[in-house]
Amino acid sequence: MIECRNLIKTYISGDVRTDALKGVSFKINKGEFVSIIGPSGSGKSTLMHILGALDNPTSGEYFLDGHEVSKLDDDELSDLRRNKIGFVFQAFNLLPRTTVLRNVMLPLLYSGMTMEERNKRAKECLRYAGMEESKFMNLSNQLSGGQMQRVAIARSLINNPSIILADEPTGNLDTKTSKIIMDAFRELNRKGHTIILITHEMDVADCANRIIQIRDGLVERDAPNKPNDHVI
Amino acid sequence: MIGDLFKETVWSLAGNKVRSGLTILGIVIGIASVIALVAVGQGAQNSIAKNIESIGSNLIIISPGSQRVGGISQGGGSSETLTTDDADAIKSEIANISAVAPSVSKRYQVTAKGNNTNTQIIGTNADYLAARNVAIGSGSFFGDSQLKSSAKVAVIGPTTSEDLFGTDADPVGQTIRINNIDFKVIGVTVAKGGSGFNNQDDIVYVPLLTAQHYLSGNSYVNNISVAAADQQYMTTVQSQITELLLRRHKISDSTQADFSLMNQNDIIATASSITGTFTMLLSSIAGISLLVGGIGIMNMMLTTVTERTREIGLRKAVGIRKIYINLQFLTEAVILTFLGGGIGIILGWLASLVISKLISLTAQVSLSSVLLAFGVSAGVGIIFGFYPARRAANLSPIEALRYE
Repeated sequence: MIECRNLIKTYISGDVRTDALKGVSFKINKGEFVSIIGPSGSGKSTLMHILGALDNPTSGEYFLDGHEVSKLDDDELSDLRRNKIGFVFQAFNLLPRTTVLRNVMLPLLYSGMTMEERNKRAKECLRYAGMEESKFMNLSNQLSGGQMQRVAIARSLINNPSIILADEPTGNLDTKTSKIIMDAFRELNRKGHTIILITHEMDVADCANRIIQIRDGLVERDAPNKPNDHVI
Repeated sequence: MIGDLFKETVWSLAGNKVRSGLTILGIVIGIASVIALVAVGQGAQNSIAKNIESIGSNLIIISPGSQRVGGISQGGGSSETLTTDDADAIKSEIANISAVAPSVSKRYQVTAKGNNTNTQIIGTNADYLAARNVAIGSGSFFGDSQLKSSAKVAVIGPTTSEDLFGTDADPVGQTIRINNIDFKVIGVTVAKGGSGFNNQDDIVYVPLLTAQHYLSGNSYVNNISVAAADQQYMTTVQSQITELLLRRHKISDSTQADFSLMNQNDIIATASSITGTFTMLLSSIAGISLLVGGIGIMNMMLTTVTERTREIGLRKAVGIRKIYINLQFLTEAVILTFLGGGIGIILGWLASLVISKLISLTAQVSLSSVLLAFGVSAGVGIIFGFYPARRAANLSPIEALRYE
């Protein structure tokens, strides 16, 4: 369902040439929970941007559900992100001064769906992500970090995406909340969602069923993992 | 789709009331100040032009020049050099003139039926009506026979009539007392407007000879009003009058003339140079307001969009197409500028009305100033609301999300 073939990404800034990815290939199947781990500067962020259809590779091919993503233009990439990818960011990235419900409905804008349908779906996703019903009409800036990340997870689920891409989802959270959020991801995976988790922390990566280690723009190690629920 | 766009825009504007309010305020102040300033400027210009026109068109006023007593000037108009004979000579010898009205004037206490008022008494002839644009409302003006016989008749202005006989009374046929002499009122003039010291409605006209006999006691006149038959004869008529009077007064050097001529064009030229400066001043103030307002709007819009670059990045990341992001920001800018523009126009118009009430001047709101002020503010608002948003929407979502 995801296939990368020899992905290369080169940044050129003036005379300086940086090879962020030097030929990365792997496949991820439906229902997998994969961690992509690597130290900063390893190229994992670049890889995440390409997987998230936020950026195009310099060369190589990336297939998502059979679509060749690297050939798409800006609007087609937008449509792909909306329909196939759910994002969870480190900084939560919720709309400020906006209710929880409206934040979750954001990707449904301009979809032509009725307001009732949007409300219904957003509420389902919020419950699914473990958000208490009483908080649905709260403003986003009145929430705790853990609650914000739950809202972000609910938002990532709204279009029933093929993959959920989580970029350091616990980076701004304390240890206890991190565990709760990671449990939420494990729960989503048990329900059949494909999850790709990008992190630099081994503890977090250890929750996944498979770990891909990136170093200096190359896949260093790609192996199944037996998740350890007690580490975090 | 349009419903979504509209809702999203309104939510976004209502979600940050302070930001929206300040942006609108900037636009309101810019537009309102320009409209009010230009309205006051134009009102002042019109009122001055109207005052000058009410004096009479194609008018030449001959005043006695300064008299020198032992080399000391007594000041303009102080001398007694013009006579009724001068006026008659002008009338008979100079062509292309439609009216010659010599006049004497002095202020007297006037009484009638126990009321009294201090007013300007003008002794003149029937030509005064034509020369000075005076019209008779009721009754009639004095004719030749009354002039020749020094008849004790008077024509009074509407303000004087009100002061002496009260509102809505008909003074024609009544008697007024000037300097202890009874005059019969035979007419009332039509109101010309104007106020203050030189009120042309607070006036009493009497025949010239009557005034000379009973009031001033000599045969001199204070000035002679001459109306040229047409604008094109003004210059010729003026030079002919100068020539004639110099000859009659036996003065060879024109710089020593004991009279002076002033025409309406001189007055208009002086006045328009003053109003011109005045208009320039107001326009510069209006221009500066517009500039400051524009910079305010620009600032607000730029800050807003910069602040919202992360939001734009998020919208892109979750898959909203660029065009919808652009449209949303454009709609926001349009709503803000139109809301501010509408309030600004109403406020500027109200301010003009208030100013009109406070200073007795009819401020005129002109369409061009409304369009200019609105155009500049709306243009600045929309360009600086839309352009940076467009730029942000063109960024890759990652860059926009990382924007600090």
